[in-house]
Amino acid sequence: MILCWLLFIPFIGGLLCWQLESRHAPSQVPRWIALATMGIVLVLSLWLWLTGDYSLPGAVGDSPSWTREFELPWIDRFGISFHLALDGLSLIMITLTGFLGALAVICSWQEITNRIGFFHLNLLWIIGGVIGVFLAVDLFLFFFFWEMMLVPMYFLIALWGHSGSKGNTRISAAVKFFIYTQASGLLMLVSILGLVFTHYGQTGTFTFDYMVLRETPLDGPLAYVLMLGFFIAFAVKLPVVPLHGWLPDAHAQAPTAGSVDLAGILLKTAAYGMLRFAIPLFPEASAQFAPVAMALGLFGIYYGAVLAYAQTDVKRLIACSSISHMGFVLIGIYSGSVLALQGVIAQMVAHAFSAAGLFIISGQIYERIHTRNMREMGGLFGRMGALPGFALVFVMASLGMPGTGNFIGEFLILFGAYQAFPWVVVIASFGLVLAAVYSLVLMHRVYWGTPTAETSLGGLDFREYSMMLLLLVLTLLVGLYPQSVLDVSQTAMTEVNHWFAAPVSASSTP
Amino acid sequence: MNDFLTNAIALAPLLIICATIVAVIGTIAVGRHHFTAATITVVGLNAALISLLGVLQVTPLEVTPLFIIDNYSVLFGAIVLVASLACSTLAHAYLETLPDRREEFYVLLLCSAGGALALIAARHMASLFIGLELLSVPLYGMVAYTYRDRISLEAGLKYMVLSGAASAFLLFGMALLYAASGTLVFAELAEAATDGVGSTWMLAGVGMMVVALAFKLSLVPFHLWTPDVYEGAPGPVSAFLATVSKVAVFALLARFFSLAPPADDGWLLTLIGVIALASMLIGNLLALRQNNIKRLLGYSSIAHLGYLLTAVVAGGELGIETVGVYLATYVATTLGAFGVVTLVSSPYSGTDAGALHHYRGLFWRRPYLAAVLTVMMLSLAGIPMTAGFIGKFYALAVGVQSGLWWLVGGIVIGSGIGLYYYLRVMIILYLVEPGQSRRDAVSGWGQQSGGIMVLLLSAAVILFGIYPQPLIALVDAAVMNGG
Repeated sequence: MILCWLLFIPFIGGLLCWQLESRHAPSQVPRWIALATMGIVLVLSLWLWLTGDYSLPGAVGDSPSWTREFELPWIDRFGISFHLALDGLSLIMITLTGFLGALAVICSWQEITNRIGFFHLNLLWIIGGVIGVFLAVDLFLFFFFWEMMLVPMYFLIALWGHSGSKGNTRISAAVKFFIYTQASGLLMLVSILGLVFTHYGQTGTFTFDYMVLRETPLDGPLAYVLMLGFFIAFAVKLPVVPLHGWLPDAHAQAPTAGSVDLAGILLKTAAYGMLRFAIPLFPEASAQFAPVAMALGLFGIYYGAVLAYAQTDVKRLIACSSISHMGFVLIGIYSGSVLALQGVIAQMVAHAFSAAGLFIISGQIYERIHTRNMREMGGLFGRMGALPGFALVFVMASLGMPGTGNFIGEFLILFGAYQAFPWVVVIASFGLVLAAVYSLVLMHRVYWGTPTAETSLGGLDFREYSMMLLLLVLTLLVGLYPQSVLDVSQTAMTEVNHWFAAPVSASSTP
Repeated sequence: MNDFLTNAIALAPLLIICATIVAVIGTIAVGRHHFTAATITVVGLNAALISLLGVLQVTPLEVTPLFIIDNYSVLFGAIVLVASLACSTLAHAYLETLPDRREEFYVLLLCSAGGALALIAARHMASLFIGLELLSVPLYGMVAYTYRDRISLEAGLKYMVLSGAASAFLLFGMALLYAASGTLVFAELAEAATDGVGSTWMLAGVGMMVVALAFKLSLVPFHLWTPDVYEGAPGPVSAFLATVSKVAVFALLARFFSLAPPADDGWLLTLIGVIALASMLIGNLLALRQNNIKRLLGYSSIAHLGYLLTAVVAGGELGIETVGVYLATYVATTLGAFGVVTLVSSPYSGTDAGALHHYRGLFWRRPYLAAVLTVMMLSLAGIPMTAGFIGKFYALAVGVQSGLWWLVGGIVIGSGIGLYYYLRVMIILYLVEPGQSRRDAVSGWGQQSGGIMVLLLSAAVILFGIYPQPLIALVDAAVMNGG
């Protein structure tokens, strides 16, 4: 039941924000409601974190390792049920969602000044949709939330975004985002239906349940095609390089809260989808596909880094660096070893913190000097109080400095993948050098160099300072004591590894 | 006597509609009064709708060789009647200020609805033709009802000429079928076809009928009239054309193909598949550059019927179910979209508010009206939480089940293209830019019946999007009986 609350509280809170706004309430009311809503979600998830036992030993594969489960029949005709379940993986993601959601509300406190109620409706509905994605274990339900969360995100970018250069408006960015993700989502729906009808052909019953469909035996080519449907949908969201076209535009044009949600949570739904669905449902096909996926990941690491280096817009730079970071995630996921998978979790959490931090900082800079163009910046160090200091930490985190969570993530991914794919790891490691290059370029162009003026632009107020401090503490916490996160995800990752590895070892023995 | 009674019950909706027509004509003869005419129409349609409950007691029943009254015809009859009701409420608000005779509109609307009911229950070529003409001929008048407006008259004439040509095709096709098989009953045609009597002529006949029906459904390449007629017709009529006429013809098409499946090596189904694919792609592509919402909805309806045609190509039990679910969701959505357009253009004051810039910033002036249109656009685009998604889900499911991968691909690509223009309409509602000419619904539209109707429709669209089980159960119960 608590899972339902987790899911529905953001939706209800969003409607409240909207309704109370339109009755000419004081403009701060929706913000407080939204903050309270996210606070409740965060507290609930932390409570689950502290009270649940996520280190169930053994019993991999056969019995479901859900810590909590909730099921109601929904559409009997196709055996679709409203089936929510929680394990360590989803819990980490949901806690992250709750935290970043609260952060998104706080960081738009001064940025968003018009249509506040409607803004928070959209913001909270995104969060609700994302939580739904992380909890659903019925494929129909999963798809339902997967597509549903696009609509509020579209509004967020299209209505509160910044207009970029000519012919590159916020609306076209929003439309691009929507079409990319929705069309690829339909491919996934076709794959889901293909899987369901195959199962129906074998057993004569309709079901969309993940646990049941996972047992469906599929012959090679069919499994491969169906797997590709899932992979493409997730690859667009992650994004994997040939399908990344929407990302820089969407990030650059989105309001800060939108960028935080996009980079922090929405990209992670894709990695979650691969870990939860694409690999366990089609292990053989995924194993076959792994070299391709890794090649794409490698390409993404370099391409994203080079792209980031060439940007002049701060937010585009950070967005492109996300592409590079997600390349590591892709390699980690498809290498399949437990260590690398654990690294993926650490990398996702750490990237969520560092990217959110960087986006919030660029939002704060924008509020002060009204530009995101790095050519018009320079010499900001010392003119903005503590802000450049925080920026330095997050940039260091982004380039994978030891002591930050990102280092743990990248290290574990590379370490875990080395045994099976040494060359991939060797090549990927050089990508880290490029990460250092673009990160330092960012630092240099924005904060060092000759200042355009000497006047102070105003330091951080309490709200901004506490946000930054919290993110900084969390980044360091994941960096210095990653075990707190890794313990929770251990069982889930072992299970993914089990599904992934079983067919590989089975096919290699004869 | 008993037989007579059951037959009368079975035909009750049609009889009630006919009685209502006479009643409306009678009141007009006594004295013109817009409100009275509209009220009688609404009462009559409601009575017909309620009488469907009685019809359910006697189904399935063959009434004369012409009609088969089964649960299938009851379901689609209900959809047609609800849509007609919605159109007449819209019409009442719309026609209030028409500087002309207003009452005859309801006579035409009722005639057309009666034709639709007859068409849905047809099991014989004669009732098919009579039903189709009774559906179409009043529509010429309705499309051109605001004939002082040039584009309305033009649309009416265009529709009449092309529709007449389509009817000629239909008759010729029927004649060929009769010549080859010697029967006009659908089921007997199927027997004749399996016996292989004059199969070339039969195929030619069925092919010509498909052309005619494809015209009525505005499928590519017989779609050219659609945008012009949708744009020119008064708002309520566009709504009627897009819902009642499409539902009735499609229900007939599905019945015809399941009772008399074309017995050949499948090229006819392939041909229909090609028509479907072309409709999906061309409909969506042509909608991209439209700046008039009525034209845009016209093109979008071409695409949607293309998606739905997948179900006819696939056939089978799931195919029929898909037709029911998809049409129900499509009707609710289209009525809602045209309903908002009509409300914004009501009461009549010259050409309808069709241009997209009329809708700029509607949300900040009329939040609920814009919210309704947003829901309808999302539903047309097939986004989860709206009924349109359930329809699209069914279309994809039936395509995947039958392994029609090229049609499935068409649906995916078509939806991707479609998103672009649905989103364009949607976002315009939320933009504010000063200095644009604005058309607005009269204030307090929410109190008017039309406003309540679109709100109910959007509630239904969201409800069926989130919990479609009742709808599916209803459609499942609507089995088609052989004739």
